[in-house]
Formats: sequence, C-alpha cells, structure tokens
Amino acid sequence: MLPADLREKLERTIETADHPRELAVDVMMALQEHYGHLSDEAVAEAAQLLDMSEVEIDELATFYTFIYREPVGRYVIHVCDSLICWMDGYEKLRDHLARKLNIAMGGTTDDGLFTLLPVCCVGYCDRSPAMLVNRRVHGNLTPEKVDAILDGLRESARSADETSSG
Amino acid sequence: MMSATPKKEYPQVLLANRHPDRIATLEEYRSSGGYRALADTLGAGPQDSLKETIAAAVLLGRGGAAFPAGVKLKTVADDAPFPRFLICNADEMEPGTFKDRVLIHADPHQLIEGMALTAYMASAEKGIIFIRPEYESAARILEREVGIAREAGYLGENILDSGFSFDIDVHRSGGRYICGEVTAQINALMGKRPNPAQPPPYPTEKGLWGLPTVVNNVETLCCVPHILRNGADWFQSLALTESGAGTKLYGVSGRVNRPGCFELPIGIPLSEIIEDYAGGMRDGRRFKACLPGGASTGFLPVEHYHIAMDFDSLKSVGNRLGTAAIMVFDETDCLVAATWNLLEFFARESCGWCTPCREGFPYLRDLLWRIENGQGEPEMIGALRELCRDMSYAYCAFSPGGIAPVESLLDLYEEEIVAHIEGKGCPFRKRS
Repeated sequence: MLPADLREKLERTIETADHPRELAVDVMMALQEHYGHLSDEAVAEAAQLLDMSEVEIDELATFYTFIYREPVGRYVIHVCDSLICWMDGYEKLRDHLARKLNIAMGGTTDDGLFTLLPVCCVGYCDRSPAMLVNRRVHGNLTPEKVDAILDGLRESARSADETSSG
Repeated sequence: MMSATPKKEYPQVLLANRHPDRIATLEEYRSSGGYRALADTLGAGPQDSLKETIAAAVLLGRGGAAFPAGVKLKTVADDAPFPRFLICNADEMEPGTFKDRVLIHADPHQLIEGMALTAYMASAEKGIIFIRPEYESAARILEREVGIAREAGYLGENILDSGFSFDIDVHRSGGRYICGEVTAQINALMGKRPNPAQPPPYPTEKGLWGLPTVVNNVETLCCVPHILRNGADWFQSLALTESGAGTKLYGVSGRVNRPGCFELPIGIPLSEIIEDYAGGMRDGRRFKACLPGGASTGFLPVEHYHIAMDFDSLKSVGNRLGTAAIMVFDETDCLVAATWNLLEFFARESCGWCTPCREGFPYLRDLLWRIENGQGEPEMIGALRELCRDMSYAYCAFSPGGIAPVESLLDLYEEEIVAHIEGKGCPFRKRS
C-alpha cells in the first residue's frame, strides 16, 4: 500500500492542477519510483488518485517506454540501438552487457540489480554508442567503460544497503 | 575531398554563450543582450507589428516541419478565447538529432525569453516545456532557471511592470517518439493516449483543453529574441542563400572525425560542414551519402556533397532539411542494413493507431532484413515500392517520414538491393 506521506504529497499536487489527468505521467512515475515498477496495485492507486479508470491508466502505462508494468531491476539499463549507436557498435555493446550480466535483452539479473532493455535514439549521437542507466546517460562506451559502470553500480547498491540496514 | 580554403568564421547567435562544461548564467545572458528584447517590447507597441517582424524574418520551424513561425502566430485569432497556451516542444526524438539538448545546456535563458516573447505575441498566459525523459538533466536545468527568471521578474505576474503575465511549467514525457508530433503532444499533456489527431481544427484554434495553443520547437523559440532585437533583415542576412534566413544548429554524427553540434548559416555547403567543422571523414574514407535531417529524410547521395544546406535547395533535389541532423555514411556502409535499422525504429515507435503505419513498418523491416540476410527475392523490390505507396495513406506525418529513407534507397541505390538479392547476402559484410 502507498505510504501516507507519499499519498498526501500526490494528493496535494493533484489539487493544484486544473485537470488532475494532466499529471498522469508524473503520478505513474512517482508510484513506479516507490514500488520499483508500476504494479497492478499502483495502477489502481493511480486511477483512484487521478479520478480515472484503471484501463485508462493502463492504456498510458503500456504506451510509454519508461513506465514498467513488470518488475525490473534496481538499475534499468536502456541500450540505444538506433542508427548512429548501431553503426558505432551497439551489437558488440549489447553482447558484452549480456555476457557480463548473464542475461539476454529484456532480462533481469537473479540478484534483482540489473534489467537490460533496448531503447530508441536517446539524443546522444555525438557520444555514440550510448546507454541510459536509470535515465542517466553514459556515452562513448567501450567494454572497459561498461565494466567500470557496472562495478560502480554494484558498489553503490552495496553501500546503500549497508546504510539502510545499519 | 579536403577543401583548400581555410575555415571561415561565421557569427554565433544561438550558441554565442556556449561554454564547454557549463550553462550560461542569467548574468552572462543579460550581458550579451539577453532579456533586452523582452524589456523593450512588452507593453511598448502593438503585438501585430511584432508578429509581422517574425513573419518578415521567414523563421521556419526548426523542429523538422519548417512551418513559418510568423504564419503560425497569426493563425491565433484576435478574438480567440482565453486562456491560451504556448508549448515548447523539447521532445527531441528524431534519430540523429541532439541540437535542442545542446541548446538548453548552453543558454537556457534564451529559451525562456523566446517563450515569454512568443507568449506575449499570442497573448498566452501559460507555458509548458514538453521534454523527453532522457533529457532529465536539461529538465532540471530548466526548472531551476525558470525559477531564477521568475525571481528576476522575467516570468510570473506582471512581467517587468508591463501588465503581461506568463509562467512556465516543465512537463516530463513518459517517452515515445510520436509525442513529438504536435497533436499527439497535446493529447499526452491532457493525460490521453498520445495518438495524433487530424486537423482541422488546428491547435492554434483548439489545442490543449480545447483552447488556442501555439507549439514551437526549442530552436525556433530561441531565434525569437534575436529577431525582435535585431530585425528581420538582419536575420535574413545571416543565411548564405537568397531564400534562406538565419543560422541553423547542424548536428553531425556517423562516419566523421568530430561529431557535434555546430551553429552555421542556413545555406552553408554540406561539404564545408563535414570537412571544416566535423573534422572530415573518419579513417580517410569517402563520403557515400548522408541523411540530411534525421531519420525521416531520404538518403542524400555523393553527387550532392556540395549542396547548400537550406530548406529550398534540399527540396529541389527531392529531400528535406528536417532537423538538420546530418548522419554520415562512408563507402563501407551498407545502406540496406542502415535502412533496416531505421525501420526497426519506426516499427517500434509507431503509435499503432492506424493500420498502414502499424502493419506497414514491421512488414518493410522484415523484407529488408531478409534481403540483408540472404533471403531476398527479386519480387521483394516491387513489394517494397507498393508498401511505401500504400503507407502514404497513413493518418499522420509519421509514416510519410519513415518511408522517406526506404523510397530513396529504392530510387538511388536499387543496384545495391539487387546485389544483395543476387549475391544471397550483404556484399559489404563479405568485404570487411
């Protein structure tokens, strides 16, 4: 269930809007942030908050690239496969990531840390090949750079877990 | 193909305050003349004469469609209802295009002033910047700088004591290419599935929430303060061609040594951009073709290597300037495979609303995949042509844009397709 403080915060924001449904994407993003993905429960909550039907929410949720209707890892890696990144080694980059994480495109690692997905042109054609990690861009990628990024993410997940449990 | 003459210096207008690693501050923007147009025009004279100036400058929309910005402003009727909206389209998702990202990171107040001025001309009171979620850093910059502009009195209630009020919200999209299409973007902002709508009514008559709405691209809006400050003649004089006006941000990527975004005059030769600014072709290879304005334009072959990069000159060779995102190919690149990749993009990003687009792109993609991978048959060329013809009946501009590279592949590189079919595979792959 949605924590009371998050629910109140969203309700306050929705109150200030002329039309609640104009905040549909923002509300879905906030719920996704909380649950990790937009679960069925989150769809129902978004519908209730925005005074929309669940099917209307789902219609939007399944349309947008960055709303996840299925569970995803803590770090969602979107690898750009559009023209310039593809010319500059997308396939090698994808294979390297798949090997390192031991998952295929669309998969999530067993430890729940990483999900690997393709994405359309992210607007970093001057720094190809590029990928996004939780919507943060990394460009001019090489296998070494990818390894360092993955190590850094594992490290920050570890230290975040230690802080929260300690 | 290196040019013998030294690199020319062209005036920097939109990127005058560009720094390599940081955005320009409000102070820097002001000391370069920023917000002077706003101070001088707000409440000072009739809005009609300002709109005339924009129209006389022949400012063509920089988002890809090249619709005259002055004409668009004039389509908001004097007696149109209120409130009216101004949307800044920062949903830059055309493959190869990254100029708006560069522009926002360089000088965000230029965009804010451009929006305030455009809103004043349209008597709009609410501004929305619609930005793609991949540009989170740009969205944060804009939110912060909008706050700074508000504190300085350039946004909000009674701007600079003129009696005019206007404010800006930043809206992050959930991410889909079709949201860059104006009518789809308006649906997205209303929390609806972002399918395009077919005008009329046009958004300037009935747009967001059924009210008059002007939608302009980031770069278009950034041109506005400069035009109002320096005049229409000055803007026209920036271009190298008679029919052109202004500078343009050219985003160059692909097989060049220094990919990047360069502000250069409208009408500059393509060869000059590639050789003098993008560092020439990579690895000593030869220019084979480029897509001159994003994925929704056709291949521009080597015989047009020196073409003036202008709306009219590209039109005269059956192509388009589009977003001026120049994607460069060399002689080792297979254009069948490149087109297949583009079709993967269009097949994935089709909103699915109408049949020609939803069914057509996967079909085109699969045919090209088979040709590329040795399963091509001669009759597939006719099938490709027929599909392209049928797909021109789609509901919005997505499909005609997406078939542009396919049609140009068929028109200009048919022998390359035939070589794939006859050789049962990609001739470029065998060679490398």
